[in-house]
Amino acid sequence: MEVSYFAIIIGAIFVNNIVLSQFLGICPFLGVSSKVETSLGMSAAVTFVMAITAVVAWSLQKYVLAPLCIEYMQTIVFILVIAALVQMVEIVLKKVSPALYQALGIFLPLITTNCAVLGVAILLVQEQYNLLQSVVYSVSIALGFGLALVLFAGIRERLELEEVPEAFRGTPIALITAGILAMAFMGFSGLV
Amino acid sequence: MNKLQLITKGILKENPTFVLILGMCPTLATTTSAINGMGMGAATMAVLIMSNIVISLIKNLIPDKVRIPAFIVVIASFVTVIQLLMQAYLPSLYQSLGIFIPLIVVNCIILGRAEAFASKNNALDSALDGLGIGLGFTLSLTLIGAVRELLGSGAIFGQSLIAGDGMLVFVLAPGGFLVLGYLMVLFNKLTAKKK
Repeated sequence: MEVSYFAIIIGAIFVNNIVLSQFLGICPFLGVSSKVETSLGMSAAVTFVMAITAVVAWSLQKYVLAPLCIEYMQTIVFILVIAALVQMVEIVLKKVSPALYQALGIFLPLITTNCAVLGVAILLVQEQYNLLQSVVYSVSIALGFGLALVLFAGIRERLELEEVPEAFRGTPIALITAGILAMAFMGFSGLV
Repeated sequence: MNKLQLITKGILKENPTFVLILGMCPTLATTTSAINGMGMGAATMAVLIMSNIVISLIKNLIPDKVRIPAFIVVIASFVTVIQLLMQAYLPSLYQSLGIFIPLIVVNCIILGRAEAFASKNNALDSALDGLGIGLGFTLSLTLIGAVRELLGSGAIFGQSLIAGDGMLVFVLAPGGFLVLGYLMVLFNKLTAKKK
């Protein structure tokens, strides 16, 4: 299958934005998006883990699950690999690059519960990308996640200062804001 | 707490969608129509009940340190079972829910109940707890799905109620956020009055 890298990148960041049009990773989207700074940290950690997950998930599918004809074990294998991977990344980072660990540290454990990571692993198998395409795809997805998170955090920082009606406070107003943001992103549809 | 309360608390007081705000991804993604929402709710409920039962039965065998990975393996096994069953018997629903069936694994409601309830209670209570929370989740998803379907295509459960095309945006992504947001406002308003 020939898919141009440009189409994959634009498609993953804007047209099929992981949060605003695919509904993956909503929990961290609503949870850590109250400050621009923390959402930048979270996006960096997600990008890092997603790139590694893409390589590992792709290799597992190609060299273990498919040859053994146990594709139905995909869900179990992927979730365990991701959980182990996040732990390992945390341990390795702590030793190799304490500075990076300091920056990403608190966000790493949160990623295991980010359904976007498992979602990407399953999606790239579904799309039958090759290894390089998989990596490009997952990094673009992570960038799209970061873009949505930072944009949303910027809006929420402003919302903090506004007088919001009682019943709207907290999650409801955040969801409605996200809805309007998603509507803006719909403008990108048909681009690729 | 008596047995009936175990079931009913999940529907209103501890409603997973509107009160606990858990499992947002499938809630938003699969509620494009009432039937999809209900299908997703039912699949999640089935996994929740079975994983709650198994986890409460084996809770004494699992060492405390590897408890979370063990729970995840149990949950992932049941998700795979449901996935294969749906693929065989409900192929059209399976198609429209797509990637969100394997993603039931990372639904925080299920791991949350395993950790908070099933690992401390007996099998019967855990099953009832799963049933209650599962029902609450299914009802919320069906409600959101019905509202989106009604606004988006003028129908509920495929039964046309309003003539015309409807507002397509409610079936698309933004509608999911907006409908859930406004339903949550309504829920807050109604429950606030009761207190």
